[in-house]
Amino acid sequence: MANLLKQRNVIAVLILFAIVFPFITNNNYLIHIMTLAFIWIIAVYGLNLLAGYTGYLSLAHAGFFAIGAYSLALLTTKAQMNYWLAFVLALIITSVLGLLIGLISLRTKEHFFAIYTLCVGYIIYLVIDKWDSLTGGVRGLIGIPSPGNIGPIEFNTPVSNYYLVLFFLLFTILVVYRIVHSLSGRTYIAIRNSEDLAQTIGINTTRNKLVVFVISTFFAGLAGALYASFIRFIGPDIGYITITFDLLTYLIVGGIGTLSGPVIGTILLVWVSQQLQFLQDYRMMIFGPILTLLVIFYPRGISGGFIDFRAKRKEKKQNQSNLNQNQQMISAQETSAASNKNG
Amino acid sequence: MDILIQQLFNGLTLGSVYSLVALGLTLVYGILHIPNFAHGALYMVGGYITLTMMTQAGLNYWIAIVISCVVVGGLAVLMERLVFHPLRHAPAIHDKIAAIGIMLFLEALVQFIWGAEYQTMVSPYGQVVNVAGVTLTMQRLLIIVSTVVVMIVLYIFLKKTFTGATIIALSQNREGANLVGINTNRVAMLTFLISGALAAIAVSLSAPINLVFPGMGHLVLTKAFVIIILGGMGSIPGAIAGGYILGFTESLGATYLSNDYKDVIAFVILVLILTIKPNGLFAKGGH
Repeated sequence: MANLLKQRNVIAVLILFAIVFPFITNNNYLIHIMTLAFIWIIAVYGLNLLAGYTGYLSLAHAGFFAIGAYSLALLTTKAQMNYWLAFVLALIITSVLGLLIGLISLRTKEHFFAIYTLCVGYIIYLVIDKWDSLTGGVRGLIGIPSPGNIGPIEFNTPVSNYYLVLFFLLFTILVVYRIVHSLSGRTYIAIRNSEDLAQTIGINTTRNKLVVFVISTFFAGLAGALYASFIRFIGPDIGYITITFDLLTYLIVGGIGTLSGPVIGTILLVWVSQQLQFLQDYRMMIFGPILTLLVIFYPRGISGGFIDFRAKRKEKKQNQSNLNQNQQMISAQETSAASNKNG
Repeated sequence: MDILIQQLFNGLTLGSVYSLVALGLTLVYGILHIPNFAHGALYMVGGYITLTMMTQAGLNYWIAIVISCVVVGGLAVLMERLVFHPLRHAPAIHDKIAAIGIMLFLEALVQFIWGAEYQTMVSPYGQVVNVAGVTLTMQRLLIIVSTVVVMIVLYIFLKKTFTGATIIALSQNREGANLVGINTNRVAMLTFLISGALAAIAVSLSAPINLVFPGMGHLVLTKAFVIIILGGMGSIPGAIAGGYILGFTESLGATYLSNDYKDVIAFVILVLILTIKPNGLFAKGGH
């Protein structure tokens, strides 16, 4: 119980810190970086549900991110739609496309699924890149409006955007938390551990996988839509495979299949990347080997490593106390035996 | 009619390169049952090694290719030893992520050493020949002929030599191969060596008609995946046939459908195949 309270306290402190962060620093650049990191975290959570909890590595995640971003951009700039209406529509479009692609791609398993989604990702990228009349091709889309007003609240300053993204991030974390700790979450983990076994005990694996896939694309679309209105310029690059690899790196470093992993990995790596600005395109020279080494030695990343460490220590303590108890019992028996002898 | 013949010829060239890359990929898949996402990066490194040997060291084209084969083959063996071997009992998702890590590293490294610019490789076989009304460059002819030679050599090696037979044995049944005394570690390393060398040959032959740049492996790799799914994961004749099928489809598609979307064709083929047969064409049951 004390442990749970401690965990709750930590989370409360973190949220509080995130809320007061813009007051601590007046540096708009730092707020910009943080907002961007939050957007990536939302996308990483989507990837985590699918790859981490269900065991299906989707390499089309950046494609869905781009679909969310382009849907919002096209609806607001070309169709002149109200921002929030376009926002909701963008999420629906991404989820419906996710449903259609999921229906087909989830028929495949393991390697085939990874390769299939890799190809789907490429198709999405190439269509965006080549469909000049709709998406503007390599020139991209400019002049995407910032989020529309909600009543008296306006979103045209960096700080207000920061809070908007933070709101969606907390919403994402809450939803993912609820899913993981529900029966559905257990079901997904069962599918990851052994799909055949899950099927044997009566789990409808096809339906469950499809639901996770759609939720995963929904979060990718949400992150994409927020990205489009935050940066206000998008190009086909955001759908390229390198973005998927970036997201995957954040997830692996933080801890795949853990709740805190996406936050830890993304914020850590975004900040490290900022510190290593001079490396620019070469940062993967460091992150690439880290990714490989982590998978070999700490497959569950920082967060998973910490959880394992704590579990081990607890086990050790338990063993120690068991041992002490046993010794006490033995010595007690000995003394009683000795007293019997004497008596 | 002339255009058709010209395009068929182009398809043959394209297909040759695809087949070589897919062969390396399928060999590794047959042995370790992992899709090597770093194979495209090996292909790209091979291109840069050949280019550097020719421009900086001033070596002959063929010697440069041999050096490139050795370097890339060595790199592939190193990868097997340091990464895939320790991960052999890990869940399938780990191999893929590890391979992606290697790929990202190699790309960044190459960009660091050679820069991000597009570079051209000048081959000594730039002459144009005219055969029966069709204009061909020597380089394209060379690609077709060399590929056939490499394939024949590989075939003889796998079918007629003892070492080759151990590779086939391991791909059929790992435990069985172990039981009859085959050193699985050695065979796995050998397979990676061959796979790397094939990638180096493919890129050295095709680079003079394309360009050399850090991202050159992406499309080739994904297309090679399409091919080995088309031809059956781990199947050697399948990889060869699949490579040529894709080569012809692309070159004809570029002429008669749309040049812009020619790269999409491969992926659409794959999506169609996996939609109808989720385990790939020619899937063997009970793996």
